[in-house]
Amino acid sequence: MALPEIVIQPRRSLFSLNLQEIWQYRELFLTLAWRDIKVRYKQTVLGVIWAVVQPVLSTVIFTVFFGRLAGIPSGQLPYSLFVLIGLVFWNFFSGSLISISNSLVENEHIIKKVYFPRIVLPLSAVVTSCVDFFINLLILFAYAFYLGYPPHTSLIIILPLAFFTTILAAAGSGLFFSALNVKYRDVRYALPYFFQLLMFLTPVIYSLNIISGRNSLIMAVNPMTSVIESVRMSFSSDGSLNPGLLIISALSVLGTLLVGLWYFNRTESQFADIA
Amino acid sequence: MPPIIEVTRLSKTYRLGERVSYHALRDSFTHLLRHPLKTLFNPRPADDLWALRDISFAVQPGEVMGIIGPNGAGKSTLLKILSRITLPTSGRAVLRGRIASLLEVGTGFHQELTGRENIYLNGAILGMTKKEISRKFAQIVEFSGVKPFLDTPVKHYSSGMRVRLAFAVAAHLDPEILLIDEVLAVGDAEFQKKCLHKMEDIVKDSRRTILFVSHNLPAVVQLCARSIYLEGGRIKAIGSTPEVVNRYTTKYISQGKVALAVVSGRRGSGSLRLKSLAIRNQNNQSEIHSLDRLLITAELDKSLTSQQHLRLVLGFYDPLGVGLFRLDTGSLSAAKLKGKKVFISTGILNLTPVECWVNYSLFIDGILTDHAKKAARFSLLPTGQESETTNHQFATTIIDHQVISYGQS
Repeated sequence: MALPEIVIQPRRSLFSLNLQEIWQYRELFLTLAWRDIKVRYKQTVLGVIWAVVQPVLSTVIFTVFFGRLAGIPSGQLPYSLFVLIGLVFWNFFSGSLISISNSLVENEHIIKKVYFPRIVLPLSAVVTSCVDFFINLLILFAYAFYLGYPPHTSLIIILPLAFFTTILAAAGSGLFFSALNVKYRDVRYALPYFFQLLMFLTPVIYSLNIISGRNSLIMAVNPMTSVIESVRMSFSSDGSLNPGLLIISALSVLGTLLVGLWYFNRTESQFADIA
Repeated sequence: MPPIIEVTRLSKTYRLGERVSYHALRDSFTHLLRHPLKTLFNPRPADDLWALRDISFAVQPGEVMGIIGPNGAGKSTLLKILSRITLPTSGRAVLRGRIASLLEVGTGFHQELTGRENIYLNGAILGMTKKEISRKFAQIVEFSGVKPFLDTPVKHYSSGMRVRLAFAVAAHLDPEILLIDEVLAVGDAEFQKKCLHKMEDIVKDSRRTILFVSHNLPAVVQLCARSIYLEGGRIKAIGSTPEVVNRYTTKYISQGKVALAVVSGRRGSGSLRLKSLAIRNQNNQSEIHSLDRLLITAELDKSLTSQQHLRLVLGFYDPLGVGLFRLDTGSLSAAKLKGKKVFISTGILNLTPVECWVNYSLFIDGILTDHAKKAARFSLLPTGQESETTNHQFATTIIDHQVISYGQS
């Protein structure tokens, strides 16, 4: 049997992503994801209830305040369904982003003692958020059918696209923040605040229709704008989305992903020293 | 056959300040605002700390290599680089085989998960496949001795049980190269014996190459044929373990004399204290082997008056705090002393190799005036004529005895 030869030397290349090695560590990835899910849902009742209560409660409050009292227009959809769609995807995005951002710091003790491609940690952190997302999605479908707004068949294409766009968007900035988090520990406390602000810059509680054309293009830099608007479209029959928005969002996802990967890659080798 | 580990001019520097455990982004910003020019043009004082400097060595397949040296010598840094946890600043190392590193037992244990779940989790983190863990599961459980609690969350385990489970997983790793850092210093006395025993099994398996970092010199002598002595990030000696250990002990433990002023946690009235304690062998050498006699010199900080009587009690313990033997001078008058010094000569130390810690109590006219725990330490080394009787898996003490012959004469 040929033994693997491992060469240890200072980093030379500017960017190296060893996909083959990441594949070799797939079992560790699965085990870590399994650990996170297991721990999160250990108190089964509480874990699942929390995943259900969070979007339902937010929907009720937002519907009362923004739908009824402020009278924010929601097109053809009832405001409650309208805001629930926004919340389900927004929570998925911010949940993934936060768990990716904290993934390195929370596993600091492992990083300092064992070698593996560090990217396994943020990758496995996404999996837990996916479980929450699927629970939320079930609530969404149940509610849509209950109200009599079944989705169009176009959702079969739009939903997977929205799912992967959200993950990639969260991964891009998440990788960046996770690496920054190792170096600057106060990032972790500042992030939730900024996500809260960012939610109001995303059409979660309002529709993109109330934004003027040029400004909506700026808002499309935030990929969640396109994600939420497209999913809403497949539940209602109004309008079509400006393809320009989608292109801007796609480029933005690609851009953050590259920056995130690059920064993560650049700092990866120092994690054990500074963590 | 090429060496399985080949290290060439390996160096690692840390920038001073980089080792500050973490920064706050807020502080960095305020620093930039307060000293904009200084921060931008002179980002950091270039004070480099060499953790390792120009390390070169090779290890052949099947070899067990010990790494010894004082604290801060770079032993752990070397293992961290070879484990690929951190990168070297210059130089290179080539490793030919699967590597597993045991820098700590129980890496990644999760409190909320059960023993069973933690075996899988810890195994995966240490690099085992799920199939491999399932195959060895029964053995691991058997070795750990926590079978009845397998489905209890680890948070309800005692610390001893946790360590046993963790070591059990680690002991069943099956790589070509194993890097071990002081993991033996865990658990209760009984389990530690079991660990050492298991370690020896692992070591004897000639398919495996091991780098073993330890402060436990008798264990290194026992387990490793060759050793490296590191100090200040450089290799001071490399070669056969007895020689290397010799170099190290002559430098460090060698003077064999401890100035007790630095020992903390001293008790007693303080009216008369010990100033120093020297422990050497009968030939006044600092290197002590089993079957040597000890020559102990205790120096007082003041002279004893002619009416006073002194009594000195010395207790000798192994690293786990298990008592090995003790000495009691009984009541001594000033005439028995030479100036401020008490000399004690012991009988033959019929002990197997072990690290010894010394506690002492000093009484003047029946009143405790000075007492300290772990005041001095020394290594009781194997005699060199390796035989089964010096194996430290056996009971520590060999007592004087004779066979009574009832045969016809």
